[in-house]
Amino acid sequence: MAIDIQKIRADFPVLSTKVHGKPLLYLDNGATTQKPRQVIERIKKYYEEENSNVHRGVHYLSQLATDKYEAARAYIARYINAASEKEIVFTRGTTESINLLATILEDNLSAGDEMLITAMEHHSNMVPWQQLCLRKKAKLKVVPVTPGGEIDMAVFSEMLSPKVKLVAFAHISNVLGTINPVKEMTRLAHKRGAIVIVDGAQALAHTPVDVQEINCDFYAFSAHKAYGPMGIGGLYGRESLLDRLPPYQFGGEMIDQVAFDTATFNASPQKFEAGTPNVAGVLGMETALRYIEEKGIENIQTHEDRLLEYATNRLEKITGMQIIGQARQKTAVLSFVVDGLHPYDLGTLLDQMGIAVRTGNHCAQPLVESYGLTGTVRASLAMYNTLEEIDLFVDALQKAIKMLR
Amino acid sequence: MTIQEKAQTVIDEFAMFDDWMDKYAYLIELGKDLPLIDEKYKDNQHLISGCQSRVWLHAELKDDRMYLTADSDAVITKGIASLLIRVLSGQAPKEILEADLGFLKDIGLQEHLSPTRANGLMSMIKQIQLYARAFLLKSQNA
Ligand SMILES: Cc1ncc(COP(=O)(O)O)c(C=O)c1O
Repeated sequence: MAIDIQKIRADFPVLSTKVHGKPLLYLDNGATTQKPRQVIERIKKYYEEENSNVHRGVHYLSQLATDKYEAARAYIARYINAASEKEIVFTRGTTESINLLATILEDNLSAGDEMLITAMEHHSNMVPWQQLCLRKKAKLKVVPVTPGGEIDMAVFSEMLSPKVKLVAFAHISNVLGTINPVKEMTRLAHKRGAIVIVDGAQALAHTPVDVQEINCDFYAFSAHKAYGPMGIGGLYGRESLLDRLPPYQFGGEMIDQVAFDTATFNASPQKFEAGTPNVAGVLGMETALRYIEEKGIENIQTHEDRLLEYATNRLEKITGMQIIGQARQKTAVLSFVVDGLHPYDLGTLLDQMGIAVRTGNHCAQPLVESYGLTGTVRASLAMYNTLEEIDLFVDALQKAIKMLR
Repeated sequence: MTIQEKAQTVIDEFAMFDDWMDKYAYLIELGKDLPLIDEKYKDNQHLISGCQSRVWLHAELKDDRMYLTADSDAVITKGIASLLIRVLSGQAPKEILEADLGFLKDIGLQEHLSPTRANGLMSMIKQIQLYARAFLLKSQNA
C-alpha cells in the first residue's frame, strides 16, 4: 500500500510555514523530525483535561494520568516488541539513556577489561563510554568503518576479545545513514558474553525495531527523532538485567521504603524513573509511534528509499560531489561535500533559499575527521519529503555551488 | 575616514542590491578578494573557534593605529570578515572599542550576528575588541 504523502504533509503544520520568505523545505530530520498535529493535540489534551501527577494521588485525575502513562508504556513496549512493559524505562532521550547505562553498568567493567564501540558513533554513544572506561581504567576499543561507511564484520569479530565486557553501536548512523547488521553484531558479542547496547536514535522513524529479534540487552531511543516531542525517550532493557542493576538517580516514585539512614527501591522500571516524569511527553511519544504504525513503517521505508535513490542519482551528477556513506544497507541520510567548497557556505546559501540542512560534524567528530574532513552537508529525509522537494533541493544546491565557484 | 563614514559606505553599497542572491554573491566576491593573512599567523594562537568555519585573525599596532588581517576556510565568513576589516582596520584602538557595529544589521546580515550562529563572527568581533583593549592598555602604561 502506498502512502498519501500530501495527506501526511497536511498533518504537519510547520511544513506550510515560510523561512526567509520562501516555503520551508525541511531536510534536517536527522536532527529532529517535525511533529504532526495529532502529537501536538495529544499534548494539549493532556494539559487541558488530564494533567495530574502520576502514581501518587488517590483522586480521579491522578489515577487517569497514571493509567494513560502506563498504557503508553505498554504500547511502546509492544511497538518495539519488548517482552514486557517492565522493560521500558522513560528517560529524556537517547543521550540520557546511554548516560544512565554508563553509570549503572559500572560494576560490569573492571580495570583491564575492554569495551567495544564503532567509529561511526554519535558523541552521545561514545563519550559516556569513554569516560566510564577512563574511570574504570578499562580500554575503549573502536571498530573502524570502511571507506564506504560500513562495519567490517570480520574486524568486528576479531576485536571481540574475551576481555570485552560491553559492546555499544548505533542501529543507524546519523552521518552515514548506514543500517548496521545489529542482529549479527549482537549475536557475535553475546558469544563472548558481553552486554550489548544499541543506540536506536536514528532507527525508530525509518525502520522496524524489534528488540527481541535483535536480542540486544539495551536499546536507547528519542521520541523527537520519530515525530514525537522533545525531552522524552526511552531505554529498553532486558528485564533480568534491569532487575539486578542499581538505581541511577534517587527520589520520588523510585523509592519503596525510606528511613533517615536507609532506603529500599521500587522494582524496575520505576526504579530508574526518579522524580516526576514527563507525562505529556510520554503520551506524545505514544501518539507519534501510533502515527507511524498507522502509516506503516514498511510503506515509509519504501517511500524514503525511493527518495534516497533518486536524490543520490541526482547528486552524483554534480561535478566534485563526494557522497559520504555509501553503505549497501542505507537509509534517509545524504551526507556530502563538494570539492573546494566549505559546507558552511553551502548550508548558508541553502538556508537563504528556504532549505534546512545541517552542516558540520554532526556530533561525530572522529568519524568525519577520519574522512579527512572537518564537516559535511547533511540532508536527512522523513516520510513527508517528496520527489519534488528533492528536485528543489538539488537545483538550489547547484545554484549555491555556482555562486561559490 | 572615520569608522562611521566607512560603515556608511558599506551600507550604501549593499543598498544597491535588493535581492539576497546579489548580496551574497557580493559577499562571496569580497571573501575571495580578501588579502591573504600571512601564513605564519594561521596557527592555533590566531584561531578563533567558531564551531563550523575556522577563522584566523591577526592584529598589530603601527603609529597608534590597529591593522587587522584575517582568513577563514568558509568564503561567506571571509566576506563578512573583510567588511569588518574594511571598517575597523587602520583605526585607533579607542575608536574600535567604541565603534557601533550596527551596520552589519543594516545591510541585512543580522542573522550572522546571532551569538548562537556557529560562524565565529561574534567571537571575531570580541577578539578584535580584546586586541584593541590590550593595545590601549599598553599605550596607557607606556
Ligand atoms: C545516532 C545518534 N545517537 C544519539 C543521538 C542523541 O540523541 P538525543 O539528542 O535525542 O539524546 C543522536 C541525535 O543526534 C543520534 O543521531
